[in-house]
Amino acid sequence: MAQAPALPSGFELPLEPRLPRIGSVDQVAVEERAAALATRSIKRESKLFALDLAVRMMDLTTLEGADTPGKVAALSSKAMRPDPADLTVPPVAAVCVYPNLVPHALERVRGSGVKVASVATAFPSGQVPTELKVEEVARVAELGADEIDMVIDRGAFLSGHYAKVYDEVRRVKEVCGRAHLKVILETGELGTYDNVRRAGLLAIAGGADFIKTSTGKIQPAATLPVTLVMLEAIRDVYEETGKRIGMKPAGGIRHSKQAVQYLVLLHETLGPEWLTPDLFRFGASSLLNDVLMQIRKERTGRYQSPDYFTID
Amino acid sequence: MAEVEKRQDRSPVPSAFEYATAPESRDIVRLDDRYGLFIGGEWVEPTSAEYSPSVAPRDEERLAEVAYAGPEDVDLAVRSARDAFANGWSELAPSERAKYLFRIARILQERSREFAVLESLDGGKPIRESRDVDLPLSAAHFFYYAGWADKLEYAFPNRRPRPIGVAGQIIPWNFPLLMLSWKIAPALAAGNAVVLKPAETTPLTALLFADVLRQAELPGGVVNIVTGDGRAGAELVKHPDVDKIAFTGSTEVGKEIMRVVAGSGKRLTLELGGKAANILFDDASIDQAVEGIINGIYFNQGHVCCAGSRLFVQESVYEDVIAKLKRRMGTLRVGDPLDKNTDVGAINSSQQLERIQELVASGEEEGAEIYQPPCRLPEKGWWFPPTVFTNVAQSYRIAQEEIFGPVLSVLTFRTPDEAVEKANNTPYGLSAGVWTEKGSRILSMAQRLRAGVIWANTYNRFDPASPFGGYKESGFGREGGLHGLAPYLEFDE
Amino acid sequence: MSRLPVKKTYKLYVGGAFPRSESGRTYEVEGANVALASRKDVRDAVRVARGAFPKWAGLTAYNRGQVLYRVAEMMEGRRAEFAELTGSEAEVNSAVDRWVWYAGWADKLAQVLGSSNPVAGPYFNFTVPEPTGIVGIVAPEEPPLAALVSRLAPAVVGGNVAVVLASEHHPLAAVTLAEVLATSDVPGGVVNILTGRKRELAPVLAGHMDVNALDLAGAGSDAAELEQLAAENVKRIARNGDGQSPWHAAEFLELKTVWHPIGV
Repeated sequence: MAQAPALPSGFELPLEPRLPRIGSVDQVAVEERAAALATRSIKRESKLFALDLAVRMMDLTTLEGADTPGKVAALSSKAMRPDPADLTVPPVAAVCVYPNLVPHALERVRGSGVKVASVATAFPSGQVPTELKVEEVARVAELGADEIDMVIDRGAFLSGHYAKVYDEVRRVKEVCGRAHLKVILETGELGTYDNVRRAGLLAIAGGADFIKTSTGKIQPAATLPVTLVMLEAIRDVYEETGKRIGMKPAGGIRHSKQAVQYLVLLHETLGPEWLTPDLFRFGASSLLNDVLMQIRKERTGRYQSPDYFTID
Repeated sequence: MAEVEKRQDRSPVPSAFEYATAPESRDIVRLDDRYGLFIGGEWVEPTSAEYSPSVAPRDEERLAEVAYAGPEDVDLAVRSARDAFANGWSELAPSERAKYLFRIARILQERSREFAVLESLDGGKPIRESRDVDLPLSAAHFFYYAGWADKLEYAFPNRRPRPIGVAGQIIPWNFPLLMLSWKIAPALAAGNAVVLKPAETTPLTALLFADVLRQAELPGGVVNIVTGDGRAGAELVKHPDVDKIAFTGSTEVGKEIMRVVAGSGKRLTLELGGKAANILFDDASIDQAVEGIINGIYFNQGHVCCAGSRLFVQESVYEDVIAKLKRRMGTLRVGDPLDKNTDVGAINSSQQLERIQELVASGEEEGAEIYQPPCRLPEKGWWFPPTVFTNVAQSYRIAQEEIFGPVLSVLTFRTPDEAVEKANNTPYGLSAGVWTEKGSRILSMAQRLRAGVIWANTYNRFDPASPFGGYKESGFGREGGLHGLAPYLEFDE
Repeated sequence: MSRLPVKKTYKLYVGGAFPRSESGRTYEVEGANVALASRKDVRDAVRVARGAFPKWAGLTAYNRGQVLYRVAEMMEGRRAEFAELTGSEAEVNSAVDRWVWYAGWADKLAQVLGSSNPVAGPYFNFTVPEPTGIVGIVAPEEPPLAALVSRLAPAVVGGNVAVVLASEHHPLAAVTLAEVLATSDVPGGVVNILTGRKRELAPVLAGHMDVNALDLAGAGSDAAELEQLAAENVKRIARNGDGQSPWHAAEFLELKTVWHPIGV
């Protein structure tokens, strides 16, 4: 915010004057607010709207050492047509894979509108020299990934080297080319909401198009309050600069009820303008089938069995 | 720094994500057409033969006819309480008394859905609040005080605590069942018998509570419930066989009660009005502070004696805070109290609506700047949109008088001393809020603010273990906690 | 040859000084000319009391206890004079001892009257007693010294300031106590003692909008009327005055409850 820029000492952040002041987050209050929003009762047509939106916002993810072209092919098919029995169900936003599998994914989803996202920068730890991260991202961009999910250097962040974190994001952004950059904060390692807010603003200052909670490899991953804190940071940036940054909670979102809660949080924090896959994604693997089951339940009135939904 | 164009003030974009209505079913509530008075454990017709309807604020539906007690009815209730006190209740083992209270707490928990729906129907408050605040806290109060019943000599060592006798209790319409619980639970735990006079516009949950007493098999006469208007309350206050009066309501009525009981030796506690300052420093967690401001003034439509109705914002963050506040107000969902997604419900009565309208008009006339977010209000019933006034001077009526509605007055300050001085510049002293990240400043402010409850980095929190009550014209005596027992006991000095 | 005694002039005690009544009036009682305070003297006393309140309330409890104990030391030195005025050595002894007893309470009241409260949520919650402000004391007629001490000491030990209407028929002990206070470390204005007609002065005190509490132990049959006047600004009212008890002090203390979230 324009008033009272309050940079803590040692915060050698090359912030533009218009970026929001860093500020702080009250843990108890933010958790209570998130819990209160989670009690919203979303029924009938608004629930169907939310579930459909959740599918369109999904980054269907596989990030395993055992991933193969075959696995990615199956995932890509699922991404393009999530419910073969119900063609009104839209494709998901993207598939999210390791760099080696980007070409395979691209091949499968070509022309479908489904994007290919790749993690990079020594995911998930980020513990390699900056040059290697930059090189990795440049290569992944060359391979044709539409979106790149990088991790911040939590070691640098937690030891107070904020400039290093910022520099890495900025340098990675420079080599992304046309690819969108999502910056993973790994909130489960940051310890406090204050840090989540700081890291989020830092990533945005460095050039992030999206900020993302987690790698999925660390617990806790995405939570409602952590997401609320990041949405509030995004809101402050928007109010100050007019720039719209996207948000991606990832990890631990398995049930459609949770997905609806995230969308309520989004709706009531950033408003209807953010209710688009361009500005919000779910990073998830098992969430999709639960959403599909709920959609069919809403349409048929019958509670569903997992046997009727493909495991890919 | 150059002035940055703000984008917060734009009007809300219409949303595709309209929440479908999510009404709580009212079928769970079974109302009689007409209610008598609950005296001596039985329903009795009022000798006054007077009845009046209790009306739902959301649509002006007549919910039930309720008896209006006359002087003879109040007298009968007091005699019934005296009789129950003298013949059994005061001799009952405290551990047995405790078990009655535990029973009541449990039954309230079991029937909480029913009570919550009725509370929202009769009073107009959102079901989200009656479900998540009023009912859990009501049950918690009985639970908390149940445990005290047989431990009084540990609460007041060397003082030989003993019950006073008959307590006359008069409660307001903003938290009907919760105020009943705040009154009845400590009174019974201390071993007294009770005559309770619910508020004129919200008697129904108190009458349903009589059924809880039946289920709990509480001896007849220990709790008597006499409905009616201010005349019944006045009869109770002046009745010579009432030993203690506990009143929650307006400062004006509280003063009148003080005059009536003057010289009688009756014990008295008063929980009266307020005009709380909510003070926001520039280092506060702004988003959470804004949430606290919203909760402080729009909770229960602002029908809260401790509402944070005067917001003091440090000038260095004033514009940001106002922008965020207005934006947040735009997401408040005003409407049917029974809809589970409603944030702000109906105004309790047409009289209260008129009072709010009158004070808001005075604010506009005196020169304050009004903002109300666009919202559709239902056509039937009594409604007032969330309102904030900026450019408010300390001398305006909206900065001085208790509005008891969803209306916030915003003032500014520059230094902590100025904040304290302005905050304390009122005849009231019920509560205050402080928002800052600095620990030593919190304690300093908490010490200097002349109010009975200080919420630091939070607002409108309540708990049975936490004493509540005011300084100055906000009343005296405390409800809740160990301190809330004392007004219902006599001691050796 | 008998010596002609020098007679003491008994004046009011306001703001640490001994002024005459602004009205210039006196009345004859206990063989002396005593100032007959007026409504305006009550007004002035309340004004200086208000001025003295922040500092007295802001002292550390330990410091306040020290200051009050010093008062007992000074009283002890005047035991003979007090005994002559009250006609009872026993009364003087008990008054001094009672003052000592209350002085020792200064730094204990908060521990006995306060609490930390286990609320159901991530909040730290505590309750502390605080002085209410100005206590108007209508002192009992007798015993002139012990009864006054029994009402005054519990009022000031918790950090309140006091405006006292002394025993109308036995005011000399009260004015002598004022001399003790004036030569002790109690700041001027913390205790103010007026002599005169209770009938005239008590309603002014009871109706004063800047007086926070009223001790009516010495009000007799006027109590009801005074309580009615006290309603106008919802004064706290104390009625019983016997014995010594921290609960007497509690009658002039507010309870403040503070909430704060517990988070990282």
